[in-house]
Amino acid sequence: MQRLGPIALIFHAIFVAFILAPLLMVVAVSFTGKGYLSLPTDGLSLRWYRAILDNPDFIDAFWMSVWLAFISASIAVLIAVPAALAIARKKFSGRDAISAFLLSPLMIPHLVLGVAFLQFYSKIGMGGTFFGLAAAHVILITPYALRLALASATGLPNDAENAALTLGASKFIVFRRVTLPLIFPGVAGGWMLSFITSFDELTMSVFVASPATQTLPVRMYHHIAQTIDPLIASISTVMIVLTFGVMLILDRFYGLDKIFVGKG
Amino acid sequence: MSSSSKTPYLMTGPGVLFFAALLGVPMLLTFLLSLHAYDFNTGVVPGWTLTNYVDVLGDSYFHKIFGRTFGLALLVTVICALIGAPEAYILSRLSNPWRSIFLLVVLGPLLISVVVRTLGWALFFGGKGVLTMVAQGLGFTDAPVSLMFTFTGMTIALVHVLVPFMVISVWASLQKIDPQSEDAALTLGASKFTVLRRITLPQAMPGILSGSIIVFALTASAFATPAIIGGRRMKVVATAAYDEYLSTLNWPLGATIAVLLLFANIVIIVSYNKLVERRFSKVFE
Repeated sequence: MQRLGPIALIFHAIFVAFILAPLLMVVAVSFTGKGYLSLPTDGLSLRWYRAILDNPDFIDAFWMSVWLAFISASIAVLIAVPAALAIARKKFSGRDAISAFLLSPLMIPHLVLGVAFLQFYSKIGMGGTFFGLAAAHVILITPYALRLALASATGLPNDAENAALTLGASKFIVFRRVTLPLIFPGVAGGWMLSFITSFDELTMSVFVASPATQTLPVRMYHHIAQTIDPLIASISTVMIVLTFGVMLILDRFYGLDKIFVGKG
Repeated sequence: MSSSSKTPYLMTGPGVLFFAALLGVPMLLTFLLSLHAYDFNTGVVPGWTLTNYVDVLGDSYFHKIFGRTFGLALLVTVICALIGAPEAYILSRLSNPWRSIFLLVVLGPLLISVVVRTLGWALFFGGKGVLTMVAQGLGFTDAPVSLMFTFTGMTIALVHVLVPFMVISVWASLQKIDPQSEDAALTLGASKFTVLRRITLPQAMPGILSGSIIVFALTASAFATPAIIGGRRMKVVATAAYDEYLSTLNWPLGATIAVLLLFANIVIIVSYNKLVERRFSKVFE
C-alpha cells in the first residue's frame, strides 16, 4: 500500500474541518452568557443550559421522541425479523414483490409520506394521535430494520437448527436458542438504526405531529422557524453529546460503517 | 425446518397487511386527492379533474421551483462526488487508529438530527454570524455578509448534510478492492496517477454511482435544510408543498406537488439504475 502524500493530508484536514465546523459552532454559541447569538468571547456561561430547564416543552418533546422511537423501533423489528427470515431462507411465489413492498418507503420522499398520513389520519379521525404518529414511524423505519435483518439472515446455514430439531427441541426453542442468537447482531443493529432514524425524523413528523405529540426535532424546527437563539444551541449541544454516546455504543457493537451501508 | 407452504406468508403477513393498510391506502388517497379541484370558499370540489396537474406543469412559478430543486440536487450530487470520493479513498488508506477515529468523525454526523446540523450553518451564515466577522476582519466589506436565504447557502449546508452518504458508499466499494492489484500495477511500472486513474477509480465507480443516487434523491426531497436556510425566499419542491398544505390549505395542489415529486424521484432513480447496470454489465463481463 502506498502512503498518503501531503496534498491528500491537507485535503483530509480541510474535509474534517468542514464536517466538524457547524457542530463546533453550535457548541460554542451554546456557552455564551449574552442574551443574543454570539461567541463566548468573555468566558463560558451555563446560562442557556439553565434556560433549558425553564422550557419544559422541550423536555416533554425529548421524552416524546424517546418513547416514540422506542415503541416504533420495537414494532419495526417485530415485523422485520420474521419477514427477513422468510425472505432470506424460503422460496415462495411473490417473495420479491413482498420484499420490494416492505422496502418501498426508502424510495418515497418523507414529505410525500407526511402529506399522505396527514390526509389519511384526518379522514379517519386519527389526526394528531400518538398511535397515528407511531404507525407512521413504523412504516418509515421498518425498511432499515428489514435490511439489516436480511443481511444477517441471508446465507445462514441451517445445520445447527436441524441438529436442534433432531435432538427434540421444539420449533420455538430452536428459534429462541439457535436462530435468534445467530442473527442477533443484525437485529440489534437494525433496532438501534431504526431508533435513531425515528428519533431524528423531521419531515414526515412535521405533518403528522400535533402540539400534544410534538417530537423534539419538530419542536426545534418550529422554534428555529420563529427565532434562532442560544437556547436552541444549548439544546442542540445536549443532543450532539447524547448522539455521540449512542454512536460510540453502536460502533463498539456493530461497526458504524456496516450500519450505514445499511442506511443508504 | 418444516416446509409448510403457508409459513412464509404467515411470517411476512403482518408486515404486508400493516403496510397495505397504512402505506398503500394513504398513498392512494393522496393520489386521488390530487385529481380534485380546490375552491378557496368551499374546499375540495367533488368530481375528477386534471386541473391541478395542468396548473403546476404550466405555471412558470412552479417551473422555477422544480428547476431550482433538481438543479440544486444535481449540484450537491456533483460536489459530494468530487469531495466525498477522495475522502473515502484517503480514509481507506489511513492506518488504525486514525482510520477508525476519522471514520467515526465523518459518518457520526449522520446520526445527529438534520435540524442540529443545519442550525450550525445558520449560525455561520446569519447577518451577525462568523462569515460577517471574517469578511469584515479581512477588510472585504463593512456590510454584514449573509448566505441565509441564498442558493449558495443551501448548497453548502446540503453538501455537509449528505456527503457522509457518498463517503460510506465509496468506502464500501473500496473495501472490496484487492490492494495487491495496485501494487501489481506499480511493480509493472505504472505511475501513481495511472494507478489511481486506471485501477482504483474504476473499482470505486460503483460506489460513486450508488452514492450519487442516494445524494440526488435525498437532496431533491430535502425539507429541513431548505426550510431553515432557504426559507420562504428560496422555495424548493418540499417547502412549496409544505406551504400548500399548512399555510394555504390547498391540499389538492399540495398533493399534486407531492405526487410529481415522487414520480420524478422514481423516474430518475430507476433510469439511472438502468444506465449504470448497462454500463457496468459491459465493464464486468
